[in-house]
Amino acid sequence: MNSPGFFETFGFGPDGWGAALAVGAVMTVLIAVCGFAIGAVIGIFGAWAKISGGPVARAAAGTYTTVLRGIPDLLVIYLFYFGGSAVISAAGRLFGNEGFISFPGFLAGALAVGVTSGAQHTEVFRGAFRAVHPGEIEAAVACGMSRMLRFRRIVAPLTLRHALPGLGNVWQVVLKESALVSITGVVELLRQSQIGAGSTGRPFDFYVVAAALYLAISTVSGLALQLAEKHSRRGTGRAS
Amino acid sequence: MNLVFMWETFLELIAAVPTTLRLAVTAVGLGAVLALLLALCRTSGLRILDWPARFYIYVFRGSPLLVQIFLIYYGLSQFPEVRHSAVWPILREPYWCAVIALMMNTAAYSGEIIRGGLLSVPQGQIEAARACGMSRFLAFRRIVLPLAIRQALPGYGNEMISMVKATSLASIITIMEITGVAARIISDTYRAIEVFLVAGAIYLAINFVLTRCVAFLEYRLSGHLRQPLPTRPRVTGDSP
Amino acid sequence: MTMSETPSEPVVVVKDLHKSFGPVKVLKGISLEAYQGEVISILGSSGSGKSTLLRCINMLETPDAGTVTVAGETIRLISAAHGKSRPADQRQVDRIRTGLGMVFQSFNLWTHKTVLENLIEAPIHVQKRPRAECIEEAEALLEKVGIAEKRNAYPAHLSGGQQQRAAIARALAMRPKVMLFDEPTSALDPELVGEVLRVMRALAEEGRTMLVVTHEMGFARDVSSRVVFLHKGEIEEQGPPAEVFGNARSERFRQFISK
Repeated sequence: MNSPGFFETFGFGPDGWGAALAVGAVMTVLIAVCGFAIGAVIGIFGAWAKISGGPVARAAAGTYTTVLRGIPDLLVIYLFYFGGSAVISAAGRLFGNEGFISFPGFLAGALAVGVTSGAQHTEVFRGAFRAVHPGEIEAAVACGMSRMLRFRRIVAPLTLRHALPGLGNVWQVVLKESALVSITGVVELLRQSQIGAGSTGRPFDFYVVAAALYLAISTVSGLALQLAEKHSRRGTGRAS
Repeated sequence: MNLVFMWETFLELIAAVPTTLRLAVTAVGLGAVLALLLALCRTSGLRILDWPARFYIYVFRGSPLLVQIFLIYYGLSQFPEVRHSAVWPILREPYWCAVIALMMNTAAYSGEIIRGGLLSVPQGQIEAARACGMSRFLAFRRIVLPLAIRQALPGYGNEMISMVKATSLASIITIMEITGVAARIISDTYRAIEVFLVAGAIYLAINFVLTRCVAFLEYRLSGHLRQPLPTRPRVTGDSP
Repeated sequence: MTMSETPSEPVVVVKDLHKSFGPVKVLKGISLEAYQGEVISILGSSGSGKSTLLRCINMLETPDAGTVTVAGETIRLISAAHGKSRPADQRQVDRIRTGLGMVFQSFNLWTHKTVLENLIEAPIHVQKRPRAECIEEAEALLEKVGIAEKRNAYPAHLSGGQQQRAAIARALAMRPKVMLFDEPTSALDPELVGEVLRVMRALAEEGRTMLVVTHEMGFARDVSSRVVFLHKGEIEEQGPPAEVFGNARSERFRQFISK
């Protein structure tokens, strides 16, 4: 190859893409973390609706999870990105702004990732709650704990402990899904690699590096989650 | 909400359904062969087969599908050797690049699902087959594989649904399947919500039919796990 | 700890308790009084309603009719749909529950907390007592039930007998007026039953008021001050153990103890 060497291209030197890709990777993690957090909040309410909601709440949560499991994530991102712009532009017209206002890609992406992962969160939390031994909750009732105290001290920690492995899986899915947010123009890892590939004419190198960075993020976060899981499993007899 | 617009959208999107289905069927079909190979390597007990399969699965499950698609479609064209080779007519086509990426991706996931199925077959079943004088291959084909398929079917069904959803990413490399057409209509009309509703409904319908098919297959393959029908005892009651 | 009541006043009064699950009438008008320092063994075959009676006393099951009075305070119930009732004031129920130490058949220790954390959970967060005092008291209780060295262990790492002893200590940590035992030894391997019964016997000897649903005839005969035999939701026989075991009026009870 006559062009600059691999390490020169991907290093942190003046002509290197290292710094730009690192910033992109940070952006990827940010999108994933925001999406995951939004999804977790949705999931808590979804699980609550499915477990102890009225018929309307149950039906709504059921429809939500079925629909989101059945449609592509990319379509949801289009909905939030273009739909969000349409909604803001309409709102802008109310205030006399005639132009088209574009919806921030980061927000659209995080919301879309959150809404799709929320369906998975819902199932994870619901399954985890089901795994809690009813006797442990009954013991809390028998001690005179109020509903709120019971939830905070007994139900929530036990549910979270059962949910951790499932949440780890959801996180991995969310991380990979965040790559789709590149279509909104947010300069995350994949978008930055596209830019690099375009300006150097070396798409293979850039996408291999991107794939390696995704692998690294997912491996490191996977190990961290495993540690957390091990920590939370102390006392279940499975840990040692 | 404009019903005429939605009907026109529906007609345009329905015309793209065959492309989506062709992508999914080809990828899942070819992926199944590769997945079986991966599963056999993983369960072979031979390190020289196990480790490459492990690495393959780690890479393809740990990085985003979109990166894999870009790597094959854009990345490979970086090398003149590829551009001048006999496979270039295939790798030049976005359709085939999408099929290859989807196929390689689904193989990694379904390989692990099939491996789980293979491992679930009790050792006694294999021993009984060998004791009847079956060769290793015959025992695998007649006893192990059918039992493993039955066990892996629910997981495999979910993977097929994921693949139907994943075909939407082909739109990013210009293939006009359902999401591609939907994105074009959205960018022409800025009516994201209506288009989303129609496209989402079509995906839901496809995945609903797919789910029913898998459930039916599961029913057919699990006769040995079902209770005899309640009407049966009258018939069997006549026999001594 | 519980010296305030005069001996003439019962600590627990159950009056005309009715409870049904769907079409099945489980309790058909049970009345029972437990005086300070009494140990009442509640016997009966499965389905006789003995566990339901115990669970109605601390409102884990809400009785359809009848009243429960603990230390002079009657739990207020209001009627709900389909002939059922519900507590009028959940806070009253929660408060009264802290005076009733419940020991379950399946221990029900909180698996995410150590033994000591199990003991101090309700005293700190429900009764709002100072942490240091709770810990000190909990350690003394663990010493008493003989598992002081397990204070930092998680329940899953304990044997069944140790778990049940920890659960008894957890109930005691709330300084209850009455201890309720719901078949405390039924889930234990036979060789572990003895260590739990020894702890219960010691509690009886210090004059604690105890209601014990049990299958252990030896405990009923030797430790309890009164035996109550339930059959199909009604009290079929009751009296001091010497009396009922020696000279039971009920043919069913004679059959029951001969098994």
